[in-house]
Amino acid sequence: MPPVTPVHYLFLSMALFTIGVIGVLTRRNVIIILISIELIFNAVNINLVAFSSQFASISGQTFAIFVIVAAAAEAAVGLGIIIALFRNKETVNADEIDLMKW
Amino acid sequence: MYQALFFLFAASAVGFAINLLIQRHPIHSALSLIGVMGSLASLYLMLGAEFLAVVQVIVYAGAVMVLFVFVIMLLNADKEEPSDRSKMAKYLGLPLLFLLLAMITVVIYRQFPEDAMVQFGDFPGQTAAIGRLLFRDFLLPFEVISILILIAIIGAIVLAKKEP
Repeated sequence: MPPVTPVHYLFLSMALFTIGVIGVLTRRNVIIILISIELIFNAVNINLVAFSSQFASISGQTFAIFVIVAAAAEAAVGLGIIIALFRNKETVNADEIDLMKW
Repeated sequence: MYQALFFLFAASAVGFAINLLIQRHPIHSALSLIGVMGSLASLYLMLGAEFLAVVQVIVYAGAVMVLFVFVIMLLNADKEEPSDRSKMAKYLGLPLLFLLLAMITVVIYRQFPEDAMVQFGDFPGQTAAIGRLLFRDFLLPFEVISILILIAIIGAIVLAKKEP
């Protein structure tokens, strides 16, 4: 078997990122869109940790922690918005949420 | 051994991610995301980032996913019906996706020639070093991100609060 290189981690990250983007673009449920965004955050984290490992510099892991914190904040605010939205419109379907459509 | 483990966890991460997309019910998607998080935590361990692996499990697979599952239960979200896609997306979507992937592949291989690759596994990611870096070199970003998460907490409470 070939040795595992940064490129392998890059490809894994690329695959997860692409799957996340497809989820954001194709799904209609707002909760699943948020879940896909979490997947994208994770794809970014793989890159940070892999390069931190390759360059033997621990800063990459520190930045991954920052990304995790940002993702947690995003999830909290996003789910709060979804709850407020559901209270007003009784739906989690992104197609039916057109309050700001011009 | 390292290679086999890498491919095992990478395959399970991608498999869970694809399952996340395929499932129609939000709760199944959320559970698949926990699988992705677990696989990634194992990969972080293999990269020598023990602290990050534990944070991944505690914060992501623990706290964030509980939040997601809780909201899904709260909203009693149902299965979503497949929507009618546009014609352009139907015929051009897959070819354009593969074009994008091919372009990224070319860029990655240009950036990393075969002989420049470094082996993983001999780099320790000690927790103490991360803490020292966080509170010494990255003190300002750390404080800024603390304020960010404080604002997020307050914002979430305000957003989810029942209007009087």
